[in-house]
Amino acid sequence: MVYGKWFAMKLIRLCTLLLALSIVSFCLISLSPIDPVQAYIGADAMRVSPEQRQEIAAYWGLDDPPVMRYLHWASAILRGDMGTSMLYRTPVADVIGERFLHSAALMAVAWLASGVIGLALGIVAAAHKGRWPDRLITWYCYTIASTPAFWIGLVLLVVFAVWLGWFPVGLAVPAGVLAAEVTLLDRIHHLILPALTLAMVSIAPIALHTREKLLAVLSSDHVLYARARGEKGYALIMRHGLRNILLPAITLQFTSFSELFGGAVLTEQVFSYPGLGQATVAAGLGGDVPLLMGIVLCSALFVFTGNLIADALYKLVDPRMRKGGDG
Amino acid sequence: MVPLLEVRNLQITFTRYTGGLRQHQIKVVDGVDLSVAAGEITAIIGASGSGKSLLAHAILGLLPGNAAMSGKIMYRGEELDARRQEALRGREIAYIPQAVTYLDPTMRVGRQVRLAAGGDRREAADKQRRAFRRYRLGEHVEKLYPFELSGGMARRVLVAAASVSDARLIIADEPTPGLPQAEVREALLQLRELADSGCGVLLITHDIQAALGVADRVVVFYAGSSVETAHAQDFSGDGHLLRHPYSRALWRALPENGFEVLPGAQPQPSDRLEGCLFAPRCAMATAACSKERPEMRHVRGGMVRCYHAT
Amino acid sequence: MRRSIPPGADRSRNRPLNLRRSTLLIIAGTALMLLAILIIGLLIDEQSLVTQPQLRNQAPSPSHWFGTDWLGRDMFARTMKGLLLSIRVGLFGAVASTLLALTFGLLAATGGKRVDRFISWLIDLFLSVPHLVTLIMIAYISGGGLRGIVIGIALTHWPSLARVLRAEAMQIRQAEYVRISERFGKSRFWIARHHVLPHLLPQLMVGFLLLFPHAILHEAAITFLGLGLSPHQPAIGIILNESMRYLSTGMWWLAIFPGISLIIVVRLFGMLGERLGMLLDPRRAHE
Repeated sequence: MVYGKWFAMKLIRLCTLLLALSIVSFCLISLSPIDPVQAYIGADAMRVSPEQRQEIAAYWGLDDPPVMRYLHWASAILRGDMGTSMLYRTPVADVIGERFLHSAALMAVAWLASGVIGLALGIVAAAHKGRWPDRLITWYCYTIASTPAFWIGLVLLVVFAVWLGWFPVGLAVPAGVLAAEVTLLDRIHHLILPALTLAMVSIAPIALHTREKLLAVLSSDHVLYARARGEKGYALIMRHGLRNILLPAITLQFTSFSELFGGAVLTEQVFSYPGLGQATVAAGLGGDVPLLMGIVLCSALFVFTGNLIADALYKLVDPRMRKGGDG
Repeated sequence: MVPLLEVRNLQITFTRYTGGLRQHQIKVVDGVDLSVAAGEITAIIGASGSGKSLLAHAILGLLPGNAAMSGKIMYRGEELDARRQEALRGREIAYIPQAVTYLDPTMRVGRQVRLAAGGDRREAADKQRRAFRRYRLGEHVEKLYPFELSGGMARRVLVAAASVSDARLIIADEPTPGLPQAEVREALLQLRELADSGCGVLLITHDIQAALGVADRVVVFYAGSSVETAHAQDFSGDGHLLRHPYSRALWRALPENGFEVLPGAQPQPSDRLEGCLFAPRCAMATAACSKERPEMRHVRGGMVRCYHAT
Repeated sequence: MRRSIPPGADRSRNRPLNLRRSTLLIIAGTALMLLAILIIGLLIDEQSLVTQPQLRNQAPSPSHWFGTDWLGRDMFARTMKGLLLSIRVGLFGAVASTLLALTFGLLAATGGKRVDRFISWLIDLFLSVPHLVTLIMIAYISGGGLRGIVIGIALTHWPSLARVLRAEAMQIRQAEYVRISERFGKSRFWIARHHVLPHLLPQLMVGFLLLFPHAILHEAAITFLGLGLSPHQPAIGIILNESMRYLSTGMWWLAIFPGISLIIVVRLFGMLGERLGMLLDPRRAHE
């Protein structure tokens, strides 16, 4: 099986990647001037005696040499134990699992919406190359690319949540409501603004990419011949262009998981949305090393998955495309 | 009688950016005059790089965005402007491209021919089947993708696509490159048939012998301009019936006429010659030739762009 | 019919705004804006940043263009200071990142197969984690401060430029004159220094200019998240972060004006890089 071997290679690559990543991160953190005990104690520093400090250090194994600590930590991870978050005082795996569900909902909605809308905008821009729809769309894309995601979130917050009052100002569920009483509608209501923010940012690259690819197709010989046969407008683009740009567009969407995650970090911060991004910031601010390491590895896994799907799509779909996949 | 297609003093200029974003205008087609009558084949011959294909694209209104055109194109006595071009493309004016790469690689060829036929689905399918039978294409060919066609089949599919559209004017751009001799003859005979049924055909080719076999009139291109319009019969003997020195040089360069190859090369558009484009290579050139470009003038029932032609 | 041109007009000097002119305009505009921010930022002394309780929460007006915040600080002064800081951090980050990219790109192209493989593996490693996560981690590790942000930006932005430079350098190495040098026994280092580097300079310049806006955006993002700088420093991200707490009371100007100013700066630098890229590679101008 060709695919089996290919997949095995990818798996090995992932393992070496995660291994290298964990070693590099661990080394960097060991070099850090930050005292993890201090970070752990935080504001309680005045009330903690030296003996208690010793105990905490021993509890986290902070007195061992770095290599020992790494081996200890890595072997725990292999057993599925990512350690305990200093900040949330629960297992890292639980924190990441729960947080990721929230982030995944946010990212999935934004990812789908930006993919569809971005593709459509790219097509419209290419179809009207040089005229006002094209100018408007490319202007939007370049401007959005120069805009911090969190600022867009702030503007949407001011307009839709503060002035118009259509949406809540933050969080994933209404405040002060028992978890059991939160309805799906509540969740959606809280999801719309963050998802819109993330989608607005993610549209730009896919739209520009689609536009460029489509323009290349439109200047090809076979489109010239189609136009010579009397075909024109969107019918021509759909018939002769879409097939050629769809696969690259979809794969681009999958390879954009890295930017998507970064955007989610900022968006969640603006909307106090309790996702993985917010946890990342909290871990960074609070010096929660186990959580931070866990998130580094998980986000790498997330990005890798996107790239893997993109590669797999090319591998699976492309041969059929070459043989011709007339739908 | 009004000719089906008439092109007068056509010029095509491209805008290019070079270092420092300086804009340059490059005149690629520089003075083309020709006409095509219904029921006739007008062949355009000339070396590659003489702007022949661009002429076809200009008539169809398919020049790229950075090209500007001047001069006049008349179709059935009326100016062929962008709006008419769009309305007539694929209906009254059909195009036969030069290679299989002009077919959409991701679409079955039957569907592409049906798209050329237009009209409703059943009618289009009907036309396509008839055209395929006429050009000896089996029913299974419909379902093939362009890359599955042989060279000869691809060429017949392209002719079939032109024949389904009830065109009055057919522009064939190098329809025979790389085909075996028998297929070339067949392709040209098919064009002859279309002409005999009342179409005007503009045949663009660098294969002079093939063109002379079927054409009624021949237009000779040199460096983006038309230098002579002759009758096909004028190409005979030692070429003394031809009016332009370049036409004679082309004729004599053919193997059966002595293989006399003219030294030198075509000027590039960037050379910006003031006078006759052929003057640098012409044995008859005088001082006047390199001063001002000669106009097209009528000589012995044909047209020529030369001061010395008689 | 297409716009027809008179036969004699072989140069369109008369067209109002061709690419060359608009490019020059963008270059001039960016330089002017940079100068303005620099001058304003330096002219504004600490005096206008002090709290003036009697001027709290004022909407934009002729005397306070961007309004004032809840401590009565002039938002225009804070924004300009913030932009200056952003540009400075972006500049350091982008320069360091470009140097890293150059080093790794050159090494990969001239150092032999093993080195090349190692560097492309390194690039993959750095691209495998979302930039922002890396930035957060580095900001944490370095214990805060501008240094951490600059290091973070430098470490996250070099890989894509390094790839471009590597490809370019590979191409130059294939050139005939470089091969002749090789046969004459010149060392790899000599070739890299005398043949490859000079040809990479334009690419390097454009790469740097395209990195710069990204670096500024990341600086804003990381300070917005509260990592790195102390809340008293007037960074754009910190200003915007603080504004969040007052948005619900209707003080929209705290977020809108600093944000728009940042976008304008980033966009101008983006356009500058784009246009300089075209200047160096005219084929791209036909797009």
